[in-house]
Amino acid sequence: MSMSRETCINILLALLLLAVPVAAAELGEPFYVTLATRVAILALAAVGLNIALGLGGLVSFGHAAFFGIGGYVAGILASHAFEMSPLVFGIEGTTSMPVIWLTAIMIAGLVALPIGAISLRTTGVYFIMITLAFAQMIYYFAESWPTYGGADGLSIIMRNQFPGVNTARPLPYFLICYCLLIAGLGLYWLLQGSRFGLALQTARQNAIRLSSVGIAPFGIRLTAFVISAMVVGLAGALFADLNKFVSPSMLSWHMSGELIVLIILGGKGRLFGPVAGAAVYVLFEFALGGLTERWQFFLGLVLLGVVLFARGGLLGLLAGKARHD
Amino acid sequence: MKKILASSIFGLSMALSSVVMAEPVKIGVITTLSGGGAGLGVDVRDAFVLAVKQSGNEDIELVIEDDAQKPELAVQLAEKMIQSDKVDLMTGIIWSNLAMAVVPSAVAQEVIYLSPNAGPSQLAGDKCSPNYFNVAYQNDNFHEAMGEYANQDYKKTFILAPNYPAGKDSLTGFKRYYKGELAGELYTQVGQTDYAAEIAQIRDSGADSVFFFLPGGMGISFMKQYAQSGVNIPVLGPGFSFSQDVLPAVGDAALGVKNSSSWSKDLDNEANKKFVEAFQAEYNRLPSLYAAQSWDTANLIVSALSKASVKDKDAFREALKAADFASVRGSFKFNNNNHPIQDIYVREVVKEGDVLTNKIIATAFEQHGDAYASECKM
Amino acid sequence: MSIALLIEQLLNGLQLGVMLFLMAAGLTLIFGVMGLINLAHGSLFMIGAFACAAVAAATGSFWLGLAASLVAAAAAGALIEVVIVRRLYARDHLDQVLATFALILILSEGTRWLFGSFPLYLDIPSLLQGAVPLPGVGQYQLYRLVIIAVGMIVAAGLYLLIARTRLGMRIRAGESDREMIAALGVDISTLYTVVFALGAALAGLAGALVGALQSVQVGMGEPVLILAFVVIVIGGIGSIKGALFGAILVGIVDTMGRFLLPKLLALVLPATQSGAIGGAIASMLIYILMALILAFRPRGLFAAQA
Repeated sequence: MSMSRETCINILLALLLLAVPVAAAELGEPFYVTLATRVAILALAAVGLNIALGLGGLVSFGHAAFFGIGGYVAGILASHAFEMSPLVFGIEGTTSMPVIWLTAIMIAGLVALPIGAISLRTTGVYFIMITLAFAQMIYYFAESWPTYGGADGLSIIMRNQFPGVNTARPLPYFLICYCLLIAGLGLYWLLQGSRFGLALQTARQNAIRLSSVGIAPFGIRLTAFVISAMVVGLAGALFADLNKFVSPSMLSWHMSGELIVLIILGGKGRLFGPVAGAAVYVLFEFALGGLTERWQFFLGLVLLGVVLFARGGLLGLLAGKARHD
Repeated sequence: MKKILASSIFGLSMALSSVVMAEPVKIGVITTLSGGGAGLGVDVRDAFVLAVKQSGNEDIELVIEDDAQKPELAVQLAEKMIQSDKVDLMTGIIWSNLAMAVVPSAVAQEVIYLSPNAGPSQLAGDKCSPNYFNVAYQNDNFHEAMGEYANQDYKKTFILAPNYPAGKDSLTGFKRYYKGELAGELYTQVGQTDYAAEIAQIRDSGADSVFFFLPGGMGISFMKQYAQSGVNIPVLGPGFSFSQDVLPAVGDAALGVKNSSSWSKDLDNEANKKFVEAFQAEYNRLPSLYAAQSWDTANLIVSALSKASVKDKDAFREALKAADFASVRGSFKFNNNNHPIQDIYVREVVKEGDVLTNKIIATAFEQHGDAYASECKM
Repeated sequence: MSIALLIEQLLNGLQLGVMLFLMAAGLTLIFGVMGLINLAHGSLFMIGAFACAAVAAATGSFWLGLAASLVAAAAAGALIEVVIVRRLYARDHLDQVLATFALILILSEGTRWLFGSFPLYLDIPSLLQGAVPLPGVGQYQLYRLVIIAVGMIVAAGLYLLIARTRLGMRIRAGESDREMIAALGVDISTLYTVVFALGAALAGLAGALVGALQSVQVGMGEPVLILAFVVIVIGGIGSIKGALFGAILVGIVDTMGRFLLPKLLALVLPATQSGAIGGAIASMLIYILMALILAFRPRGLFAAQA
């Protein structure tokens, strides 16, 4: 069985994302490890969004809500553990990453359920805008609610713990995030090939045909929306731990926009699109920011160029047309 | 003549001492250079660069980056400066929320951070650090001064601020010193642009004065709308909304407004005259409060470098703490929590020819510290 | 709380709503005719304000500035349509979102490049300065009354344009069946450019009018943009009537929420808390309103034909 060109590129990307930080750590350049961690986390978030957007065709302009919720779960649990004060109902805070991740995933899913249930009654532009509205609601709530720092955000004094790993050092933390990214990609791949995934893609392409075989698109789409939010919530928790800080800006509509940008930049509906997109976006932000204070101008030009002239995103340029879509 | 000679000898000895300790010093400046809040960052950067240039200290190397007013980006830049550029000192952040994102982690990594603006209360109180020096103010200071000043003439003040921590700190600061009654207390939305609803309530409240803290574009919008509303109740505010960077945009609506500040263009001291002249000559505009604070930050660093090596952290921290530099604000020293003890003035917006600017009319506090210093165990 | 204050707040809400309508009308028109989501509409608002401020500062006349804002925004709109947006009509909404998101970055930073980092000065023209007595209210700011009037005139003008003119007929045709009007021999690409420029000019007009009340600075279009989207989604995308109704609803709900919620909460909570919590809920109110409306009417209140 010969591998397609896209598979080769995917493997290359995965290896590159692993090799660069390991080499940087060896060479005593920990900052590049941090940069790679940022790429891995943003890629994971975009993989999550890609489940709704790429597979399901659900253009959510509000996934920053779940990203921020994940971040706040990490921040709030850690701050209660640090101050040794109980949360509601006598639940203790924690600094254990696995517990935080599970909580972030669950809460993101629980919030996504009603949001998805209401939003999925609409389609097209209405869907884009109602998801934006929900995210804005949560954004303003976080910004003006004083308990956890409001607009100033919430610091995580020490990075949370993972059994047997020194998470304070850049490389081990990168490896954790990298493994979770691979797990997220695995989930996407499994979903894509599963009966559920096929139904979801059929719902995107032809909802009537799906209904005619007795499957209601609503349930399928809602499930995809919730799973997607859960993955993004996990990425949010990791992002908060990377920055040791969480603030409402993780919930802002700019963040939602950036997540969409990552997917399109890399190639919509492709397994590794988000990874390529996140890598290029973070590198561009970093390199342009160092060159000129007008970096946002040039970033805009690059994005525009990709939308207008590179329709399959970066992977489309490198690997040719996608197999389907 | 004697004075010139003395200063040149002093300059020579400074030059000699820096020859003795010639070693490169890297300073990381993270500030806001793009987007709507860029004016403040541009002033901080310009004043800092100019002060370093004028100091003649050629060992100082600056690494300047734009945070676009995004906390996550500021954190990433701080990591880069610490881990990759290996800076000795950091400075430049304008906003409290960005400072809260960057400072605790930077100072925990033994990097010395000097704040040219923003002084959130936590960093002055229980989260204070020997590596954190605030050269500007504690967030409550200017508001406290206005509260104190309002006692002179007013009995029933209406107060408003945005609904976020710095806004609450502001009104808390005002109330800490204000003895009169409050005609109303309002929290507006962050980034709000229309204040018709609030102005109607002010008119209806029977207030004899209005105190507002609305930084940036919010303050410009409020003042313009207030001036047109037909409400004639006198307005008080912290100096941020009447600083040189925004005054031209507010226009005559600001004329006569009393505002508090630790610095003013007309403060009568040598250092300030030199600063205002040099800034104007170099950039062809009047400096703002932020430029003044940044200028002081740079000169504080230069003064400490002449006394101690930046590699010897203990000695260098001590040299900073001595605050042995000619501040454009006149008297300046550090409190136990490394926040300023300084005079806070009340200014009035006036017109000099066609140019709107401020003139000092009173001193609200002499040698004023902050309310959180006692919580700082250091 | 007096009745006069309540009426004044309703007027304030109406004025905010009318201002939002100027933004939303262009947005909904562009969507209705070309099916395009334009996130950069807020940037056209900003361009209008900057053009007005710059020309008013140079000539001393607000009115010349106002004219300049219309010209500059319409020209920028036409240019953007011809060079970029035209390529996006056939694309899905995702590409449109991304391309116009990129345009925001370019236009914001480009404006800062041209005009510097500091906010610009723009004042209300001397003719419209100050407040006038209004029965039942007391003093009310003249300029805000003028904005309400301008908004109403624009609404009426748009109605006449679409219902009575040849251009309007084409716009209506374009909304209902795009292939059809091309087949009828209407030069569709010119029509699209004209509609886009018209929408841009409305945004520029709003920017100039509001710029005299607010801070003319980079990024000023973004909060308005989000509100305008809320408006057109509530009203039903593509419907001018819906945009007018949605705008006034959002303006009044937002203003009354900011005004009344802290007062209501003050009955049960101390002043500082009621202010902060009331403010927090007030800032979420219009999004709650929007979610509620869409939950029951997924295509907005005045949905245009599918």
